[in-house]
Parts: sequence; structure tokens; C-alpha cells
Amino acid sequence: MFNSDCFFRSRLLWIGAGFSALLLAATVGCNNKNGSAESMPDVVSYNFNIRPILSDKCFACHGPDANKRQAHLRLDIAESAYAPLTETKGAYAIVPGKPEQSELFKRISSQDPTYQMPTPESHLGLLNEHEVALFKKWIKQGAKYERHWAFIAPKKAPVPKVKDEKWPKNELDNFIMAKMEQKGLSPNEEADKERLLKRVSFDLTGLPPSIQMMDDFLNDKSPNAYEKVVDRLMQNTAYGEKMAQHWLDVARYSDSYGYQDDNIRSQWPWRDWVIHAFNENLPYDKFLTWQIAGDMLPDANKEQILATGFFRNHKYTEEGGVIPEEYRIEYILDKTKTYGKGIMGITIECAQCHDHKYDPFSQKDYYELFAFFNNTKEKGYEGDVSTSKPAKNPLMQITQEDRQKLLSFINYKDTNALTVSVMGELDTARKTYILKRGVYDAPSVEVQPTAVAAIMKYDTTKFQRNRLGLAEWTIDRNNPLTARVFVNQMWQEVFGRGLVKTTGDFGMQGELPSHPELLDWLAIDFMEHGWDIKRLMKQMVMSATYRQSTKTTDQKQGIDPENVYLSHGPRNRLTAEFVRDMVLSSSGLLVRTIGGPSVKPYQPKGLWEAASSGRGVLATYQQDHGDALYRRGMYTFIKLTVPPPSMIVFDASNRDQCEVKRLKTNTPLQALIMLNDPTVLEASRVLAQKLEAEPGSATDKINKAFRLIICRKATDAEMKILQSYYDDQLQEFKQKKLDAQKTLNVGEFHKNDRLEQNSLASLMKTISAIYNMEEAITKS
Amino acid sequence: MEKEILEHGLNYNRRKFLSRLSLGIGSMALGSLLIPDLFSSGSEETIMAGLPHFAPKAKRIIYLFQNGAPSQLDLFDYKPKLQEMHGQDLPASIRMGQRLTGMTADQTHFPLAGTVFKFGEYGRARAQISELLPYTAGVADDLCIIKTIWTEAINHDPALTFFQTGAQVGNRPSMGAWLSYGLGSENKNLPAFCVLLSKGKGNGQGVYSKLWSNGFLDSIHQGVQFSSGENPVLYLNNPDAIDKADRRKMLDKIAELNTASYQQFGDPEINTKIQQYEMAFRMQTAVPEITDMSKEPESIIKLYGPDCLVPGTYAANCLLARKLSENGVRFVQLYHQGWDAHGDLPGQIKGQCKDVDQASAALITDLKQRGLLDETLVIWGGEFGRTNYCQGKLTLDNYGRDHHPRCFTVWMAGGGVKPGVYGETDEFGYNIASNPVHVHDFHATILNQMGLDHEKLTFRHLGRRYRLTDVAGKVIKDLIA
Repeated sequence: MFNSDCFFRSRLLWIGAGFSALLLAATVGCNNKNGSAESMPDVVSYNFNIRPILSDKCFACHGPDANKRQAHLRLDIAESAYAPLTETKGAYAIVPGKPEQSELFKRISSQDPTYQMPTPESHLGLLNEHEVALFKKWIKQGAKYERHWAFIAPKKAPVPKVKDEKWPKNELDNFIMAKMEQKGLSPNEEADKERLLKRVSFDLTGLPPSIQMMDDFLNDKSPNAYEKVVDRLMQNTAYGEKMAQHWLDVARYSDSYGYQDDNIRSQWPWRDWVIHAFNENLPYDKFLTWQIAGDMLPDANKEQILATGFFRNHKYTEEGGVIPEEYRIEYILDKTKTYGKGIMGITIECAQCHDHKYDPFSQKDYYELFAFFNNTKEKGYEGDVSTSKPAKNPLMQITQEDRQKLLSFINYKDTNALTVSVMGELDTARKTYILKRGVYDAPSVEVQPTAVAAIMKYDTTKFQRNRLGLAEWTIDRNNPLTARVFVNQMWQEVFGRGLVKTTGDFGMQGELPSHPELLDWLAIDFMEHGWDIKRLMKQMVMSATYRQSTKTTDQKQGIDPENVYLSHGPRNRLTAEFVRDMVLSSSGLLVRTIGGPSVKPYQPKGLWEAASSGRGVLATYQQDHGDALYRRGMYTFIKLTVPPPSMIVFDASNRDQCEVKRLKTNTPLQALIMLNDPTVLEASRVLAQKLEAEPGSATDKINKAFRLIICRKATDAEMKILQSYYDDQLQEFKQKKLDAQKTLNVGEFHKNDRLEQNSLASLMKTISAIYNMEEAITKS
Repeated sequence: MEKEILEHGLNYNRRKFLSRLSLGIGSMALGSLLIPDLFSSGSEETIMAGLPHFAPKAKRIIYLFQNGAPSQLDLFDYKPKLQEMHGQDLPASIRMGQRLTGMTADQTHFPLAGTVFKFGEYGRARAQISELLPYTAGVADDLCIIKTIWTEAINHDPALTFFQTGAQVGNRPSMGAWLSYGLGSENKNLPAFCVLLSKGKGNGQGVYSKLWSNGFLDSIHQGVQFSSGENPVLYLNNPDAIDKADRRKMLDKIAELNTASYQQFGDPEINTKIQQYEMAFRMQTAVPEITDMSKEPESIIKLYGPDCLVPGTYAANCLLARKLSENGVRFVQLYHQGWDAHGDLPGQIKGQCKDVDQASAALITDLKQRGLLDETLVIWGGEFGRTNYCQGKLTLDNYGRDHHPRCFTVWMAGGGVKPGVYGETDEFGYNIASNPVHVHDFHATILNQMGLDHEKLTFRHLGRRYRLTDVAGKVIKDLIA
């Protein structure tokens, strides 16, 4: 166990990021033992101070799960916590006002291993001094319980007043500023125009700005120059692609069925619909309703039915010999989890096998929610890979006529009919049972479709007991989660970190919001304005908070190292797909076609083949050619068992399950991709070719390449470094120490042999170096 | 080095550190540095401090996964009763209504199929080993043969996922990722977790990258797949026109540019980026040295067999596994496909055994002669076993076997495990008679050998503390030397 001599044994680690992690330790020193920096609040809040500790340390044995409850003691409910203890006669877990008489307090502050809580066997660890002090004060103040914040409908707090009235540009800034003032922080100046443009361009379209856009913005001195840029970016169809990217993670979109034989499927028309929906700015309430129950709407049209593909994107097994019911149940579990995590922001799947250990969700609640999805016509098994079809029942035919009319956003040149898996109800309702231990063949009590009451009562006079009712319940103005969860996801997209950091868990074990009033204000404002997504995005990027420069100081790092309080702008790496988009777009290679079947760009040989069973049409990787090599990252074919490696290395979701948040790592494999991936090398060559054909000096060309890739003009110091590299390379090529032909021989895009090859190769290498700058793949 | 570390440390801070804990607890233990109150909150970080939890027996693992499920009844679990009753139905009293896969559930008869292969007794424990595995029989005294492993899964995908991640479904970290997270790496030029794939000619079942996924852990713990092609690691090789000196030159320029950026913004991620480029550069030297078999002496080639010079074969992967492990790779995961013999088992299994027998045994001999077997745990086995009854048409000398999860054989060697035979199955080889070892127990025992308490190696994700062993598993003490 860790002890006061603070001594660790020596061991090596592989990754530099790990080094850095460690190192900080050297600077921390041995003081500050119990996080004494944390101050004791005047009024201790159950929700913000006490419940997180209870949930983490106590609920596993004294919480909502009846089966695991010890000593009949339940600490998540006041009346139970105040009641006489059954196993210690005459004692009470909590006596409001009297910590010394409260068994809970006595045990958490005890040094006696046979008496203290949590017990050593639980491996949960003891409470620290600060936490114990919080309990003491809370009990003294009456031990008042509150409902979990996220399960109470949001209230719109008045916009706070701030001292610096000049800084805020909209209401968001007042909330951010008020918190900063409390913490002794002050905001940064606005970012320089070039960096701001790059940031907002990636955040709204996933693409870098063109030189024309940069020049226009730099030259536009009007007070609303920035707003004009924002509006223009949102009108660009790339906006829908950018917004869809996150939703594809939520919806675990892929181009294959997953599981071992992993054959091809065609869910991409659904993906095209998502892009279309964001571009049309379909309000979020409709966006959800169509996806949850579009097929059940009165006179449902094909677009609404297509939207329900959302619940059919999960994996389907084609393994011979499976038990169909086992997998049919598995598919419903996946749907339930995706609804819970992606839309409600709760970990409802924890209640699949037992009552939830932390949140007030019983196993019955789980299967009542599950019941909404359990009435689909789909089968657990439609046969093995030899009989595989591009969509599974129930499916929808998309005819050529559909594509000329309502579904014109589907990009498909072929005249053949298309099929896509969608939702469809059985005529006679299938019964749903609680499954003992979550096992498919252990049904017990029958349940009816009902949404979780702890979130909001499912009023059956208002909501039918089917998916359409569930959709209405989801978007009901009193639902405390739907709007909060979505604005939080969008905040995370823009600022790199949600107001609730645990994007997928708004429950008791989730993190508390950093700015609870702001989260609520945004959620209500969003609903009051018709769930208007473009308006929400604009609010965020127009704020002064967003526009700040990313520079940080020792003082800011000291007070708020994670930048929770946003006293400087967000500085984040581009996500995987946009790294590719940046490379292709800046070099001019990008083919801006929207949607259609996914494509297979360059990929190292043998990856699919080595992992394949040899069955199905995806056993070998058939690389595409021509335009298909230069499509946006979101159109790269996702074979679930071997997802695109360059994407995975940059932390893309493997699409195995619903994901609402990506990791952000920094690894040597990423460096190797930027150095050696033919996509990046080819882009370097093609951009060099383009620039070399233009008039001007080498310096001009390097300057322009730098602007295209980094999205700002290079400094003199940077130019000096790049120029010296270029000059050196040119010497080497001229002296035949390096081989220009060989260097330039990369990628299928046409080569221009009429250009002077030595200077072309030198420029290519210089551009490759620019692509490898940290700033190239960073929004700074 | 010291200086580089300290400078970097100055750019870091406690909160950032804590927020990146998934980078690996093991990684914290670098250097004799004082780590004060990182763990004072009494949360899991306290528990995680001081890894390993106790003195490890093994430092590294090489897992030879036999993907598709080899037949224990034809290799290690000899049942004369099946030969006696060849063609007769499996008694209902033995089957006990246990669930079957969809491939044989509709069969009206379950004719028992005795093995057509001869068995002998080998080593001090008189272990029964089939004539198909002569080399393995030769190292019998080093093997800890467990005949009573069992799982709940009856299909390949969930069963394989269960063995690798501790759960049948879901996107959880793989065993190798857990070890990388818990113990860090022993070297600074190679990943802590490497994956090698090969294929036999038998009926194959695919593998999938989810099996070596980092799950919710940081992606530095992801298994790095080595391929047999020219690029052993994704994009490792520089293009033809760029040699090492030339690459160095470019990296120096990139570092200059990034340093300038750091001076302007102060973001520690920029410095990390600079270090990652250096690591990439070191890998470019280290990996080709390891994957180059041309300098291996004749005795080694002879030991592993001539296939070890053919990249991408199981034998070549075994030799590569030894070299990686020897160079401090914490976890080397091999997969050899082709064991799924639903029909023509006698024919298919011969080829599979020929692929793996010599090289598996050679790996043990080789580690032993280098004094590495004590600290390296070698594991050999599939995702479940095969049925004692025939799938499809039974003849005198031909049969197929369906999936059987209720008992099957896995062996381990080295790493502080006790050589011998553990567990007994019933005379039909259908149920466990004594000493069951569930997959969770197996995982708990493996972690134990690495100095880790399976109940303490946790990671908190979405409100829950996850373990490789989920909520179960116990260390099987009798397996430990």
C-alpha cells in the first residue's frame, strides 16, 4: 500500500505521455496531504458534496440494489438512513444534527479496521479528512437529502451579473464569467483572426478554411465579420457532415455486420439521411422522434422510416449454430443501451442483470424500457454468411423513384433497388419478461413497456405503450435529461469537454456539472427555441468564451489546469476523420461528394486478410481507385472486425457500441502515420506539384503551403527553419544524395513530369514536415 | 534523460495527471520519484498505488491462442470409454439437457465418437498426450495441463471475446491491455502489448481487432498488430527514398517548429508530441532488428522448424514472440486459426498440429535455455472444447465435433505455475468430475502470477469499477508452484 515515504520502485514505460504523467509528480512535493485546497462550503449540499461520496463508497452495499444490500441499510433514501439500524440495536446510521451519534459518521472516521467503513475487504478505500469533515458538517446542518440533480427538470436561472460587463457577447459568457470571477480567473483576449477562423471552420465543417476565406476574413473590418463567417460555414453542406460524425459514433454506424464472418451491409442510406437532417436543421425533437419511431408516425413517409435505421445499426451475427433467441435478445439489449447512453445519458444497461447499484433504476425498470424495443419484427438469426444480404428484416426498399423525390439526398448512381434495415412492429405484441441475471432463457415476471419513472413518470393517459409513446416521452418538455444530454454533447464537440464531463453518465456516479446553471439555461433555451440545433451551435461559437486565445499562463494552470472554467480558449487535436480531411483538403485532393456507399482508400496490405475467416465478400481488401481515394474520412469503409487502422490510432470509435465521447491520446503510432502514410505523402507531393506549377519563389511556395496546412501565415522564425530545410534538401537532391524520382513516386494521383524534379521533391519534403507540425492537427 | 524528465515534469500538473490516469498505473512507477498525495483521496488510485500488488512470479506472457477450438478429446483428454461406445448415443444422464449449438441441437442422435489417435503417457505426471503432438509430449515435464477449463459461451465470437476481455460481449479492454495498464512496459522502444496472427488450413474462424482493444483504457494500451508484410508495424518504414539520416534531419526540423509553438502556447501536449516523434524514431530501429530472422543461428532454426523462416507462419510467430518477449514486451498474443473441425476432424487436426506442435514446444525449450522460462508465462489453448459426440455422419474412422464449453484443456508453462495435470473430467469427457477452472478463475490466476490482485486491478468507467474478472474469479492455488 502507498505510504508516507512516497517512494516508488523504478520501472520503465513505453510512452512519452506516460513520462509526462509521472513527471509532474516531481513538482508536486509532499505537501497538500488531503487536497486541503478544497474549501469547506458554508452550506454542504447533498447533491454536490455528499452524494458523490456516498455513491462511490457506500451504495455498492447500502444502495438501491436490494440483492447486494448489507445489514438492511440503505443510504440513498433519507427515511431509511434515519431509521433505527436493524443489526446494531439502539443505533442510527444518521441522526440529523448530531454527527457524534450517527453510526455512519462514527464508522467513516474510525481507525479500527474491524469497525470502519468502507471495510478493507471492499477495496473501496477510506474517506479522506476533507470528505469526513463534509459529512460532519452536513449531518450537523440536518442531513438534508435532495433528489439527484439530473432527474429534476432544469430551471432557467437568471443570467448572472458580472463585474466586467464589456466582455460577454451573449448569455453563455455571463455564466462562464461569473464562475471565473468566483475562482479568481480572468478571460484571455480574443484569439488572432487566423487561429479563430481555423478553429471555427473545423468545429462547424470539419475542414480547414480556404485561402480565400482567410483573406476575406482578415480584410473584413466590419464589426460582424466573424458572424458572417459563422453563418457561411453553417450554410456549407460540410456542416451536416461534421455534425453527423458525432452522431455516427452514438449510433455505432458501420458498413459490415460485425462478429466473425463480418460481411458487408448497406446502412449508408441512413448515414446520408443524418447528414441531410443536420443540413436541413431538422429540430432535435423531430430528429429523435423519427429515429425512435418514424415508422409508427401517422402516414409515415419513407424518410421517417429510413431514420429508424438508427436502431438497426448494431452488429448482427452470421455465425453458424447460434441460438437465435440469444441473439435476438442481444440486439434488444444493444438498442436499449444505445437509447440509454446516447439519448438519455444514463447507464441503464447496469440494470440488465440486477437493480442498478447507484441509480434508482430497478431491473424491472430496465426490462420495461427494453419492452419498447422488443416488439420489432427482426429475427435473431437469418442464416449464415453464405446467405447474407445487404439488409436484414424488417427492411425498406429504396427505389429509383424514391431517390428522385423524397429521398433525393441518397447518393446512389446505380439503378438497382437499395435496401436498408429499419424498424417495424409485430402485429401482435410480443410479451416481455424480466430476464433473471439478464440471461435470455431465464424469463420471470412479465412487464409492460414503460419508461423509467425516476427520470419522469410515464403517464399512460398521455403516452402510448409503444415506441411512439417513448419518443413523445423522450422529447417531453418536462423530461429532465434529453435536452441537457444533447446540449452537453454539443458543448463537448465545441469545447472539447462537456459541462458534465461524463457525457454518457448523468447518473449518480457521473461527474457533477461544472456550470449547472449554464447547462440548465442552455437546455431550456434550446427547447424554447424549437430544439434548433444550428441556433445552439451558433450560440456557442459566437460566445466570447469560445473566441478566446488558447494561451495559458502559470497562474491559470495553477488554478485550473484542466481549463474547466474556460479562462482560455479550447486547444484540441483534430478528431481522426478530420485529420484525414485536413490533409486532403489542404492539398487540393479532397473530393467533395456527399454520401453514397463507403469507400476503400489506401490501407496497408494484408490487414483484412490476416484476420478474416476467409468467408464473405470482405475477406480481402479491394482498394478503390480514382476519386474514391480522396473522400472525407467519414466515408472510409468501416469493417467492424478490422476498423480503418489510421482512424483507430487517432482514437476513432471502433463502432462496436454506442459511444458518446472519444479518448484523446498522443502516441508514436500517430507520428508514424503523419510521417509515412501514403495519404499524407501523396498529399505532400500533389500540393508541391500544384505550387511548383505556379509562378513565384520557393519561399512564396513554402509560405503558401504553410497557410494551407496550418491556416495562418508562418512567422519569420518558422520560415527560416523551413527554408533552411528546403535549401538543404535541394542540395541533396542536386548532388544525387537523395533520389527525387523515388521520393515523388507515391500515390495514384497523376504526376507532373514537366516540372523540375529536384525542386519539386524538395518542396514535397518541406510540405511533409509542415504536415508533421503539432499545430497542423490542432485547433489552437 | 533525467533532465528531459524533469523539464517535462515542470509542464505537467497534478490535475492533468489524475485526469489521465488511464494512461496506466504502471507507467507512474518510473524512476524513484516522490509521488505525494496523488492517491490521497482514498479512491481506487490509493488501491492502485504500489503495483504490482505482490512479488510477481512472471514478468511477461506469451499467449498461444488456438483459435477455433482444438479438440481436447483428440489431444489431451483421452477417453477409452468413447472408443468402447463408439456410435452409441450419449446417455441423457450425462448430457443433462445442457444447451447445444444450433448446428447439432436438431440432431436426433448424439453418437459418441472415440478418438482415432493413439495416446501415450509422458513425463513425471504421466500426462496423456496424443500422437499428434510428439514435440509437446517431449516437454511434458514443463507443462501445467488443465483439463477442466470451462466457459458459458457456445459460439466462437462470444467465447473468444470472453477469453480475451473477461466478458462475452461489449468493448472491454483485452487482457494484454490490462497488463500494460497495470504494469507498464519494460522497454522504451517497443509497445507493451503485441499481436501476431497466423492461419492453418483447417476450418477457420476470423479474429477481430476488438480482441486486442484497449476498451475504455487509454489507447496506448492497445495491442499493436505486427504483420508479416514489409511493414511489421503500421507505417513503421520510411518510404524508400528516405534513409535514417534523412529522417533524422526532418525530425530535427519538426522538433524545432514544435518547440517554437510550445514556447508560444505552453500546452504540455506539444512537448508530449515531440517525445512521441522520438519514440517513433526509436521504434523504427528497434522493430526491424527484432523481426529480422536472418541472424538466428542454425540451432534455433532447427529447433522451431524450417517454417520459422517463412514470415506469417505460426512457427515464425513463435520465434518472433520469443524475441519480443526477451526484449521486454509485456504481453505477446498469438492467434492461430483453423481448429474449428465440425467435419473431417481427423484430417483437419493433423495439419493443425503439424503447424503448431514443434514451434510451441520449441518456444518452451528456447525460453528455458535462455533462463527466461521462469519469468515468462506461456499459455496454449482455444476458446472452448469439442463434443464427445459426432456432428454429421459418423464412420469408423471419421467424425466431426461441435463446440463444447463444459470442459476442455489448456496448458501453461513457466511463470511460476506448477507442472502436472490438473482436474478430471468424467469418463465421457463431457462434464467436469473434479477441480473446475472457470475462465474468470483462469484470468485471476494469470494476473496473480504477474503480481496482480485481480480484485484490485480496476478502472473506473461510467460510474463503475471494471476488472478483467468482472465480479467473479478466484486464484487456483493448486496451479501455482
